[in-house]
Amino acid sequence: MSGRFQVEIDPAYCKACRLCIQVCPKKVLAQRADGKAIVENPDDCIGCQLCEWHCPDFAITIKGEKKNG
Amino acid sequence: MNYKNYLRWNKLPHIWCPGCGHGIVLGAFLRAVAQRELNKDDVAVVSGIGCSSRAAGYVDFNTLHTAHGRAIPFATGIKLSRPDMKVIVLTGDGDATAIGGNHFIHAARRNLDLTVIVFNNNIYGMTSGQFSPMTPHINFATTAPHGNFDYPFDLVELAKGAGATYVARGAAAYPRQLEKAIGQGLDHEGFSVIEAMSQCPTYYGRKNKMGTAEQMLKWQKENATVSSNPGEKIPLGVFVQVERPEYTKLTGQFIDSVSGGK
Repeated sequence: MSGRFQVEIDPAYCKACRLCIQVCPKKVLAQRADGKAIVENPDDCIGCQLCEWHCPDFAITIKGEKKNG
Repeated sequence: MNYKNYLRWNKLPHIWCPGCGHGIVLGAFLRAVAQRELNKDDVAVVSGIGCSSRAAGYVDFNTLHTAHGRAIPFATGIKLSRPDMKVIVLTGDGDATAIGGNHFIHAARRNLDLTVIVFNNNIYGMTSGQFSPMTPHINFATTAPHGNFDYPFDLVELAKGAGATYVARGAAAYPRQLEKAIGQGLDHEGFSVIEAMSQCPTYYGRKNKMGTAEQMLKWQKENATVSSNPGEKIPLGVFVQVERPEYTKLTGQFIDSVSGGK
């Protein structure tokens, strides 16, 4: 089941608000030293896209087989 | 089409503060447009002034960033001259209900086919946190240091009373529901209003000790609900969806009748 989805975060657009980290049900994301989001546990991603939809800065893209649009 | 292709990437990152809900609302709007595969040239996005109204600059449609409160009059002009276009107004709580309050109720009364998305952050964020007509009673703002003693508008009730034929409310904390509410508004023929609750951590949140953007989003999640039995919570969903003759159709018929079709 692992690695079905790829979480891509563009640090140029991330503003370190942490919303994606909060909404992720699988703790895939974490904060790096400057506060911006990084993908810590990529294999745990279930492709729910909550992080992408909650990112106010269009910095996150979930790729792979999608359940929703 | 991928919704991110509707963005003007050369204008990003946007000016909104870290954790601002406006980007979440804008994303929900773009996904609703993408699902309908609307052509960029067939859409006009009109905005007024304020944080929310910067949104028009970030989307790759025909866009118009107008005077404070006057987005609906400009949109009315576009819609009357080009009834084939999908005309969308992106506005804020202050822009739509204070400065543009009069325009808002009269556009609703006419049932002009516009989709109006009101980014409601309960405050004037751009000008440093003055209270707006949608700042809740006894909540704090820069201009209400002891609490705002005015009672706020309920935008859903206001739109309903003024005659809007589609009225819905969504929240940044429920982006999927918000996307659907906006989508149904885009499909509806007539005046469609979608209130989108958005968090302002910089002014509204800070003045009211609501904490970080994360905590504000959590507050929204806990205090607004999509349930049909909301109890004390803020109800989300579609509240009005009725059919009534649309304004540009009526004006077209009227012009034909007085000119004898010439």
